[in-house]
Amino acid sequence: MSVTPDTKPALKPLKQPNWFSRLAHPGQFLVWSRYLIWPLAIISAVLFAVGLWFSFFNSPDDYQMGDMVRVMYVHVPNAWLSQFVYALMAASALGTLVWRHPLADVANKAAAPLGAVFTALALYTGALWGRPTWGTFWEWDGRMTSTLVLLLIYLGIIALWRAFDDQLKAGRIIAIVTLVGALNIPVIKFSVDWWNTLHQPASVFTASGPRMPMSLLTPLLIMTLAFTALFGLLQVVRMRTEILRRRADSLSRQAALQGGGA
Amino acid sequence: MIGDGAHVEFIAWAYAGVAVLTLGLIGYVVWDLSRVKARLAALDKAGIRRRSERDAQ
Amino acid sequence: MSAFLAVIGRELRLAVRAGGEALTLVLFFVMVGVIVPFAIGPDRPQLMRLSTGIVWIAAFLSMLLGLDRLFRADDEDGSLLLFTTSALPLEAIVAAKLIAHWLVTALPLLLATPILALLLSMTMEQWTKTLLALLCGTPALTGFGAIGAAVTVGLRRGGLIAPVLILPLAIPVMIFGVGSADPLAGNGATLFLIALSLVVAVFAPFAAALALRSASE
Repeated sequence: MSVTPDTKPALKPLKQPNWFSRLAHPGQFLVWSRYLIWPLAIISAVLFAVGLWFSFFNSPDDYQMGDMVRVMYVHVPNAWLSQFVYALMAASALGTLVWRHPLADVANKAAAPLGAVFTALALYTGALWGRPTWGTFWEWDGRMTSTLVLLLIYLGIIALWRAFDDQLKAGRIIAIVTLVGALNIPVIKFSVDWWNTLHQPASVFTASGPRMPMSLLTPLLIMTLAFTALFGLLQVVRMRTEILRRRADSLSRQAALQGGGA
Repeated sequence: MIGDGAHVEFIAWAYAGVAVLTLGLIGYVVWDLSRVKARLAALDKAGIRRRSERDAQ
Repeated sequence: MSAFLAVIGRELRLAVRAGGEALTLVLFFVMVGVIVPFAIGPDRPQLMRLSTGIVWIAAFLSMLLGLDRLFRADDEDGSLLLFTTSALPLEAIVAAKLIAHWLVTALPLLLATPILALLLSMTMEQWTKTLLALLCGTPALTGFGAIGAAVTVGLRRGGLIAPVLILPLAIPVMIFGVGSADPLAGNGATLFLIALSLVVAVFAPFAAALALRSASE
């Protein structure tokens, strides 16, 4: 320790962090994610336009479901997103707990309401699909029930985010809840299926569904991509919003501190 | 084209519900962003900004 | 090991001396069972058919009600901070607290089931099966409850959020718990219930301790 006050050692040049860490820095994220917004918006708008045209004007009637295949084009993308978004939240929860990734809890917080809305839409369109095909809006069948439970888990996570004042602490704790939920979802799915077969030996419909001809698959795929692109867009915008919100919060805190001290 | 029309009301309800909720979600996300931006702008106007941006002035 | 037992002993002494928490919980458990016939009518065959489900719902609600005190008092008087720095790992302390909590909140419910069995005109077979299922399933409920309580310990309004968080997660316990009294189900449900309880009982102390550490960070 031979550092005397007058001969300060020159600051060592900072080691340049690798590209992954640079992407992860919230400030850097604000810079590069800006260039994602418009392309994603345009891509999802175009995909929605094409997908909706297909589903309204260029979709054959399925020989079993008739006109109702059109509901499938909005049902399946939302059902897919309801699970995809949770998988993303679980991955970001790992990011929070294992690597303390600064963007991971932002991603979790941003995704939760989006996932809840997509899950609610999956249930809503599923109910409307079920009414003419099976004669009931709601069937306590395995898939619908576990999707409902998934929605409840989403809502619990949103409620927890809202209850915390300290968002950094909230990030770590909610990551634990998210992971516990992720581990539990297969158990819930299994138990609900088991319960379902116990009470309904004769299933109303088969889970495998009919084999789909190509002409139905095209609009389905396009709509799925459209909804996924929309999710990507909203996720990026919400993550930016959250980073800016935290910046505003800390600035107001600083201002309050200085105001109090002066 | 739209087929036999047996279940048109269900299809209409499904698409309408999805449209309302999705557009509502987009609206909420945009409103949230504009709200936060307004807060930052108000702070900026009061002369409170980050150190990195203070030097540039 | 002696420290582990000391924590259990401390929890039990606190529960006994703090007066009547366990008794209140049992009272609540019985009251839920008393309320239900007013809602669905005094028809004895119907009550008998629904009795297993009613007992499980009553047990669920009582366990949720007793959950808030699991870590909150320790957080308020600072013992939690001591626990995080003690020689015994926090996971072990949480496990000890869970055992004590199960003894204080779940065991009295099991002892009170004969009252509900009489009121809901359960058969002897139904009662023994329900008792067995509760015995196998309540550790899982305590485990989930511990995670919920640990996650919300720092929140002033945590009392309401913890049940909302863990109810969906605990649905499998309910399904297999009621299912194991179902004559159609066979032994599978009970085995699943035991498996679930074992896994949750092993896993919960780690998750809860992680949450407690994050909360006191």
